[in-house]
Amino acid sequence: MIQRVYDWLDERLDLSPIWRDIADHEVPEHVNPAHHFSAFVYCFGGLTFFTVVIQILSGMFLSMFYAPDIVNAFNSVKYLQTEVSFGYIVRGMHHWGASVVIVMLFLHTLRVFFTGAYKAPREMNWVVGVLLFAVILGLGFTGYLLPWDNKAYFATKVGLQIAEVVPVLGPYIKHFLAGGDIVGAETITRFFAIHVFFLPAVLLLLLGVHFILIRRQGIAGPL
Amino acid sequence: MNEKKQHPQYDDTSNESSAGKGEISRRQFLTYTLMGTAGFMASMLITPPLRATLDSVLQKKQEEPMVAVADVNELTNEPKRFTFTLSIDDAWVKNQQTTFSAWVYKKENGDIVALSPICTHLGCTVDWDSNPKYPNEFFCPCHGGRYTKDGINIPGTPPPAPLAEYAYEVKDGKLYLGNLIPRT
Repeated sequence: MIQRVYDWLDERLDLSPIWRDIADHEVPEHVNPAHHFSAFVYCFGGLTFFTVVIQILSGMFLSMFYAPDIVNAFNSVKYLQTEVSFGYIVRGMHHWGASVVIVMLFLHTLRVFFTGAYKAPREMNWVVGVLLFAVILGLGFTGYLLPWDNKAYFATKVGLQIAEVVPVLGPYIKHFLAGGDIVGAETITRFFAIHVFFLPAVLLLLLGVHFILIRRQGIAGPL
Repeated sequence: MNEKKQHPQYDDTSNESSAGKGEISRRQFLTYTLMGTAGFMASMLITPPLRATLDSVLQKKQEEPMVAVADVNELTNEPKRFTFTLSIDDAWVKNQQTTFSAWVYKKENGDIVALSPICTHLGCTVDWDSNPKYPNEFFCPCHGGRYTKDGINIPGTPPPAPLAEYAYEVKDGKLYLGNLIPRT
């Protein structure tokens, strides 16, 4: 049945070349865990992407229950957590997934570093990866404020004070991030917008570049 | 592994001869296993968010409590508008004091009638006896909808149905109003 639906579409839209170009590639022996089990370290990049997909999905659903406002933010999160069935699971996916993304990203970075995969001609992709690291950290930082509980508030306060010690520009950066003199109404709307619109846009763009460069340059050779 | 070079995986017929009737080829088995695992993971991922999103649909509507609105001896044969306040929980916005109103009067036989003031046409608020042209009728100022004293819509005016009626009960000389009952 599914096969026939696919054939019908493929006949008209010529789908096969599209997904073959994306998915149909020989996996080199040295990155295939079926050949050398230690090659599982090559999975961390894909796992990072997989958890990022989980974050995007769960985040989209979370935004249906969230009000980015100092009066309602905490109560809306509490409502989802305690009164909507499966709500605590959706929030849990996003909460724990955020940490998993960082862990996976870190392991991926270690793998690339210790296999020397960042060396010529792949330096540009290392740079893109570092930018992705910054974007992910930014997503973590801005998302941390959104539940608007004590932990969120004081973590953001500390984070902004760290930004403040940047030479010369520090106070301006802090003021820009907070959107005002205090961590308050304008901070939460600003962090919300950065968390769900600005950074995800940059993230998807950089991920696209990251993947295109892998396709262009191929996977780095064995050690 | 050499056979893989020519992409035989897109040519399912190549293996069919080796598999007897009712058996599946190794490739098919692996395909099913992979698809099954992927499908399982995808459904694990999407079930909680979908269930949470559908929660408002699946939740039972709670019965509104009866509220004391007026003393029975306040009621006359003439419809009078009484307001009452319900505490509404709207998701995370709890205890919203929301004011409702009802047109209440006593019939000749002593029965009490409590009508919703919301026009069944487009939801404006109807008034009793407010238009000199149509005395002793409920009149809606928005599009000229009219209802008899019983709340029955007068043919030829916009409303498609009679005014909804409140469920009521009388206890200790007080009138309690409950859920709205739509009429057709």
